[in-house]
Amino acid sequence: MRIKNTILFSLISTFFLIFLISIWKILATLQGLSINSFNIEIIFIFGLLISLTHLGIGDRIKSIYKSIIFSAIFVFCDGYLIQKLPIWYNVGVFLILYFFTNKISKYTFIGLKEEHSTQVILFDFLTLFGILFFSFVILFPFYMMLVTSFKTQIALLVNPLDFSINFGQDIKDLFKSYFVIFKSYKFGKYIVISTIVSVGTVIITLLFAIPAAYAVARLNFFGKTFLSTSILIIYMFPAIVLVIPLYTIFSQLGLRNSIEGLLIVYTATTLPVAIYMLQGYFKSIPKELEEAAILDKLSWFGIIIKIIIPLSIPAISSVALYVFMIAWNEFLFSLMFLDNPNSFTLSRAIQYLSGDAETPRQYLMAGSVVVTLPVLFIFVYFEKYLVSGLTAGSVKG
Amino acid sequence: MNDTLANTEKKTAYILTLPAVLLVFAIILFPIFANVWISFKEVELKDIRIPEPRAKKILKSISDEPSKIKILYKLRNSSLIQEIRDVSFKDSFPKNFEIENLDKRCEYKNSSLKCEFGTWPAKYKENFQVIFTTNDGSKIDKKSLKSTKPKLDGKSDNILLNTNFTLKNFKKVLFENEFLDLLLTTFYYTFFGTVGSIVFGILTAQMVNQKFYGRTFMRSVLLFPYVAPVVALAYTWELLLDPNSGTLNSLLLNYQIIETPINLLGQKYIEISILGFVFKLRLALTTVIMFEIWRYFPLAFLFILARLQAIPKELYEAADVDGASPFQKFFNITLPQITAVISILFLIRFIWNFNKFEDVFLLTGGASGTRTLPINVYQQGFAISDIGMGSAVSIVIVVLLLMFMFFYFKLLGKRVDEN
Repeated sequence: MRIKNTILFSLISTFFLIFLISIWKILATLQGLSINSFNIEIIFIFGLLISLTHLGIGDRIKSIYKSIIFSAIFVFCDGYLIQKLPIWYNVGVFLILYFFTNKISKYTFIGLKEEHSTQVILFDFLTLFGILFFSFVILFPFYMMLVTSFKTQIALLVNPLDFSINFGQDIKDLFKSYFVIFKSYKFGKYIVISTIVSVGTVIITLLFAIPAAYAVARLNFFGKTFLSTSILIIYMFPAIVLVIPLYTIFSQLGLRNSIEGLLIVYTATTLPVAIYMLQGYFKSIPKELEEAAILDKLSWFGIIIKIIIPLSIPAISSVALYVFMIAWNEFLFSLMFLDNPNSFTLSRAIQYLSGDAETPRQYLMAGSVVVTLPVLFIFVYFEKYLVSGLTAGSVKG
Repeated sequence: MNDTLANTEKKTAYILTLPAVLLVFAIILFPIFANVWISFKEVELKDIRIPEPRAKKILKSISDEPSKIKILYKLRNSSLIQEIRDVSFKDSFPKNFEIENLDKRCEYKNSSLKCEFGTWPAKYKENFQVIFTTNDGSKIDKKSLKSTKPKLDGKSDNILLNTNFTLKNFKKVLFENEFLDLLLTTFYYTFFGTVGSIVFGILTAQMVNQKFYGRTFMRSVLLFPYVAPVVALAYTWELLLDPNSGTLNSLLLNYQIIETPINLLGQKYIEISILGFVFKLRLALTTVIMFEIWRYFPLAFLFILARLQAIPKELYEAADVDGASPFQKFFNITLPQITAVISILFLIRFIWNFNKFEDVFLLTGGASGTRTLPINVYQQGFAISDIGMGSAVSIVIVVLLLMFMFFYFKLLGKRVDEN
């Protein structure tokens, strides 16, 4: 048992180390270092040696010294003797090794004898591996989007793998793509249009949804159950089946290429989920509060303004943020309804940019950064509200 | 007393819900029915513009005679296919103007010129000319003349409103255009995208459900692909995967993993041999599915994580006492607890992936074997400009969707009963 676990432990930890170093090498390659091979064999041997010596030494040396010694030896052999790479790369390798040796320090030769330790080892390393793998897979495209926007076409032709940003250059050169898309491609205007459309959609949706949700949550009327079930069904209908009729009608009414047209469509498509989310919350507000208000002869308008809204600020912010996100990210309707560059939203403008094969990719990426940043910022800042919005609205997307 | 109270309550409820109901009806329900109507018609994109009588006013001064002016109206029917009936024309002039050559279709009264042109056939064009003189011999001010514009009116049929129906569109959708291939592609895209995102959702949820440093950060990061705008993400992926200068191909070439670049988004098939068996993988479709999984697994993650956190801790403590291994705990406690969430997630995601348009459209535009039903709606309706065909494909989608929904609500209803 102990031998099997020892082999398993050293193999898994070695693979984990290979994975760590490989990611670091990819990132370093993208900074313009010429690394042409992962040197997997060497890291494999080192990894095995480190994990086995770790088990062998056990507690005889304090683990912090052990980590530093292992890391230093590895960096010295791999980075300095074999590859001759710059210092920042080797510092990275050192930190990775330090992290790695710390991670394996909780495993001892004695511990490997325990029951289930095979599975515990597998589970632990799979989790670690998963965390790193998913972080890398998710963040890598975002990272590439950002760094590409700071490069120039020529630099990328010379070396398509060098994404290092030269911070020494003039601010104007560094942010050249951003200056260009704002000056030549009117992105300033598109930001304004996108903001008006998104904020407008939020306001109108809330104006329509709060009274309707209140009625569904509190009042008794004929057709109430029908209404609340049909809300969900309607919400399931996709935009693509609405597009052709709406396009023909909007063409005949002259609503294409107008902000009003987008506002109407966005509001209608987000209303069902807004009503659904709000009525759920309104139901949780104690009824006694309203009964007191009715005795005070408050009208339904007064009840909504004075009691319901102040008590449901969290739910309303969830809905508002969710609707804002939907409207800001929306693409299909803006593609169909807008063909005049004077009325583009940001998403449509970027798609229009990409339609021209001559457009340098750093402009496209700068545009993408401009459209992505506000949403990510709002998401990170108001995560608590948005997550509940996402969960409730997640039947769509 | 009670009765009136109930009545006012009803009235209030209708007032409160009416605006929302009307809007949703007009923008969502009405188009779905309109689709049925349009799908039985032969309509093209160019037909949907309502024909209009148009006139362009051109002023021509006559040399040596400053008190005289020739006005040329270029009249035309804006439509190439439809006639306009009862075309009327009206333009007004300064008070001191007198007309020299009155057309017999027109009359000049109170310094305004009114004409009845009758019926204009499709593509109709006419140069209509009038000459004016001032009755007091004063010079003509061209600017003020230019500022008034003629008003034209006419009646025409709206091609969408007539009652000529045909089954041609549905015949074409179902029996031409490789309908089976279309369905199969859509099914692959939907099924593998859904399964993939759920599998990744389970893995990540299980991962984040454990305690580690930076867990809240990790949770935010995992949701990034879902909250970021699809346009930005699709173009980033396209640049990463580009065969000529894309980062992925450059990296693979650099590490000598491949010898020639792979066109991940532009190649329909790739031959793979495993153990001597050669089979064809639909490469572009696979890449598009990967993108879909990448973009939507966060949702599955969010759902499953919420469920995992609700599992009582005692279950795991009891299992620990019994000496269960981590895998036993996962398969015997965790998995049974999340099957319900997974089945609902599967249906929801299945329905939504089935309708997904933007992702495929932005990545490949439906080329190299990635044409799904929603993409076909766009291609028929806007690329080939056959609105009727596009609507017919939409109807096919709606019918399939209603079938899925039927299952969904049956399952949902069953679950509600169980609780």
